[in-house]
Amino acid sequence: MKQASGIVRPKGWWQTLQRLFLFAVLGLFCIYYLVPLFVMVSTSLKSLAEIREGTLLAPPRAINGEAWAKAWSTACVGVRCNGLAPYFMNSVLMVVPAVLISTFLGALNGYALTKWRFRGADMIFALMLFGAFIPFQVILLPMARTLGELGLAGTIPGLVFVHTVYGLAFTTLFFRNFFIGVSDGIVQAAQIDGAGFFGIFFRIVLPMSIPAIVVTVIWQFTQIWNDFLFGIAFTVGESNPVTVALNNVVNTSTGVKEYNVDMAAAIIAALPTLAVYVLAGAWFVRGLSAGAVKG
Amino acid sequence: MAGISLKGVRKNFGATEVIKGIDLDIEQGEFVVLVGPSGCGKSTLLNLIAGLETLSAGDILIGGRTVNDVPPRDRDIAMVFQSYALYPTKTVRDNITFGMETRGVPKAAQAAALKEFAGLLQIDHLLDRKPGQLSGGQRQRVAMGRALVRKPEVFLFDEPLSNLDAKLRIEMRTEIKKLHQRLGKTVVYVTHDQIEAMTLASRIAVMDEGHIRQLADPETVYEDPVDLFVAGFMGSPPMNMLAGRLVRDGGMAVLCDDGPSQIRFPLPDRIAGRVAGSEGRDVVLGLRPETIFAAGTQLPGPDRFLFERPVVVDEPTGPDTMIVFEIGGQDLIARVRPKDARPPGAPFRFEVEMDRAKLFDARTGLRL
Amino acid sequence: MGSKLGRALERRLPLIVVSPLFAASLVFVYGFILWTVWISFTKSRVLPTYDFAGLLQYERLWSTPRWHVALSNLVIFWALFVVLCLVIGTLLAILLDQRIRIEGVIRTIYLYPMALSFVVTGTVWKWMLNPGLGLEHVMQQAGFEGFRFDWLVNPDFAIYTVVVAGVWQSSGYAMALFLAGLRSVDDELLKAAAIDGAGPLRIYLRIVLPMLRPVLMSVVIILSHLAIKSFDLVVALTGGGPGYATDMPATFMYAFAFQRSELGLAAASAVMMLMTVIAIIVPYLYSELRRR
Repeated sequence: MKQASGIVRPKGWWQTLQRLFLFAVLGLFCIYYLVPLFVMVSTSLKSLAEIREGTLLAPPRAINGEAWAKAWSTACVGVRCNGLAPYFMNSVLMVVPAVLISTFLGALNGYALTKWRFRGADMIFALMLFGAFIPFQVILLPMARTLGELGLAGTIPGLVFVHTVYGLAFTTLFFRNFFIGVSDGIVQAAQIDGAGFFGIFFRIVLPMSIPAIVVTVIWQFTQIWNDFLFGIAFTVGESNPVTVALNNVVNTSTGVKEYNVDMAAAIIAALPTLAVYVLAGAWFVRGLSAGAVKG
Repeated sequence: MAGISLKGVRKNFGATEVIKGIDLDIEQGEFVVLVGPSGCGKSTLLNLIAGLETLSAGDILIGGRTVNDVPPRDRDIAMVFQSYALYPTKTVRDNITFGMETRGVPKAAQAAALKEFAGLLQIDHLLDRKPGQLSGGQRQRVAMGRALVRKPEVFLFDEPLSNLDAKLRIEMRTEIKKLHQRLGKTVVYVTHDQIEAMTLASRIAVMDEGHIRQLADPETVYEDPVDLFVAGFMGSPPMNMLAGRLVRDGGMAVLCDDGPSQIRFPLPDRIAGRVAGSEGRDVVLGLRPETIFAAGTQLPGPDRFLFERPVVVDEPTGPDTMIVFEIGGQDLIARVRPKDARPPGAPFRFEVEMDRAKLFDARTGLRL
Repeated sequence: MGSKLGRALERRLPLIVVSPLFAASLVFVYGFILWTVWISFTKSRVLPTYDFAGLLQYERLWSTPRWHVALSNLVIFWALFVVLCLVIGTLLAILLDQRIRIEGVIRTIYLYPMALSFVVTGTVWKWMLNPGLGLEHVMQQAGFEGFRFDWLVNPDFAIYTVVVAGVWQSSGYAMALFLAGLRSVDDELLKAAAIDGAGPLRIYLRIVLPMLRPVLMSVVIILSHLAIKSFDLVVALTGGGPGYATDMPATFMYAFAFQRSELGLAAASAVMMLMTVIAIIVPYLYSELRRR
């Protein structure tokens, strides 16, 4: 209702009351969404003693970075006690190639399917789109065997492969939806100017698709970074991505339960996607709505 | 009875002032058209009257009552929108009766009003359809029905015909005029189409950049524009504007450069009298296309001026043919009878009704 | 410009580019599904065997109590998760639509959980709901000595903690989609409604919300899909426990596939999940694609 916001409304105590109520509800929900974040941060800065004595919602008495240091470099993930750092690196090594490859292939595929509408293009798209919706449990077993056959079992390249294959349906969908809004005339004009399939793609279509690329990259980054299922199913021990390592840190039941370290680890695992969200919130939201058709 | 008064009305969105102090008195039963180029503030002014925008300064009175803080529903107005703004999930019937329903009008009265206006607008057979199943013209009628059915004192129209094709637009224009004559309610009507303004209005307010440039009946606006802007905006094809200089030459005349030579348009006494003594002043001579025709094809009159130029382009429109010719590198248009038209390149003798010429100050743009 | 062959090649380039990607999809989606379906009809346990054994695994699946727990958990979680997200999402979207100056900030706050991994969400809520030191402790410190909140370790209530955490994470998403829908409503329509005399409540109930039916459909589908696939949240929050009290089909399948090495049974449960998703998604996709 941005545009129609100027409509003259009656004034009076009833309207003021409504307004107050409105802000009260909005404020309460802000607290609801923020409390876990606050708890996460404040717990991660407390000492274990303070956690036991104080309460969950109390802010830390003093800033104590020990838990962070421990979570990053010495916390025990299963039997190894190197902290999250190596697993964080695993996630980076997994997410960068997987995002780039799946985005590029999605762009190429979306372009070919919408701007060069050969016979069966719609059918091919519909069949590929279905891949975005399947519960991945249904491909876990054969994929585990296939990775084994390819010698990729338990490796980062294996994960990159899996994420690329199953990310392709989303990225194709994103780019298809974008390209549908691009006039066919542009491609026809370029053809008359003598450009071919790849010439048009690289020199005309791709430079126009920056918004779609940004949305897709952000979406894929968030999805792949946050993935847990493929990580836990297809990697073991030292090749785990950070989400799996986080779960292992939390569930390592040897010794004293260190909630502050758990929380620091959780923040570390969440930081990259949170950063993307804060820096590129608008694009993130566009990705969410673009992915609306997908889920 | 409900006239509308605007007193010192201003509106700004942030730092940009869109309406820059407008005073306007609209009589009960008048049909006032706000016309102007896009961005002139005409729609904002209409929204202010409707209560769809809040005033930044000034007062708005409807029927003598100050309505600055009165919400739209209590202003006794109805409005027809450019996009028709029909509720897509409601049937035509529910679209029309929604406004009565929110006001708690009894069902029987609703049905009676619906019947009356559905018949009047010939939409009785569409009542159970959804807007998505209607043609553009039908939607327009439903939107009108929604406005009429509550019998408000003031009707506001925001470019209601601009989404219709040309033929339908003319039809609906007549229909709106008939409705106005029949109901006699006050109407404020926004359009960018000057022909619509001319045909519908009892008075036209020509707007530009947040000001009303001229407020007058259609004939006055057309024949007596106050400045270059109004003169250029009203009329199609537009008025020919020739830059020149006032000279004394027996009587007063306008001297225009014409390539290597010059051409001299003698001014009739009526105009000459007003500019006596200002020789050398830079002026713009405005000649409407219909005041330039083939020499000798109309009844002789006073203050005719004849000259010859080659035809550059001829554009038949059916009833008339537009002849484009040049003076000093500038295109001018003459409106001639089709049988008088000549092919491009042919010499053509023109006759100008200098009596209907307009003279403007080149610097201020004001009418002299 | 070159030869005839070159031109023929150029003409088929789009197909040549799409083919390997399509082939990958055929193999890794449809081929793998077929493989899983096939395995679900065999006696496979630790290693796959390919001898048809009829509905054996399905009979075993449906006579496994744990599967029934998983299914009833899914139904509870799905219903509460979808309904709560819808209610909260719609409410917040409408409230945010009321000319709020700091709308951008509030929206950012409501939506940030969506950027988190479910594992992170699970970890945080696990800590907050910790019976000893979590919210229970907070309430007791605040003077409610007898306050008990042990849902996390109570087999009868643990599934509701998954709902709480899931709604916390996803309701902002529903809000964002509804808000986008509200904003797409034509401005003149709202003006027309104002002139027709409708107040804010009536405008929403009678005009705007009915127009958002397609958005509602999308949101329900998306949330349902999330619910059926939910795996990480359960693992991180409750680990499926206590016992297997919070098991869901997704965790059930994982447990039988990778921990118990019951390939056939796991495959059968995966196929059941697939059928559920297809029942929801295919009609939706069909109508969605037809609409464009």
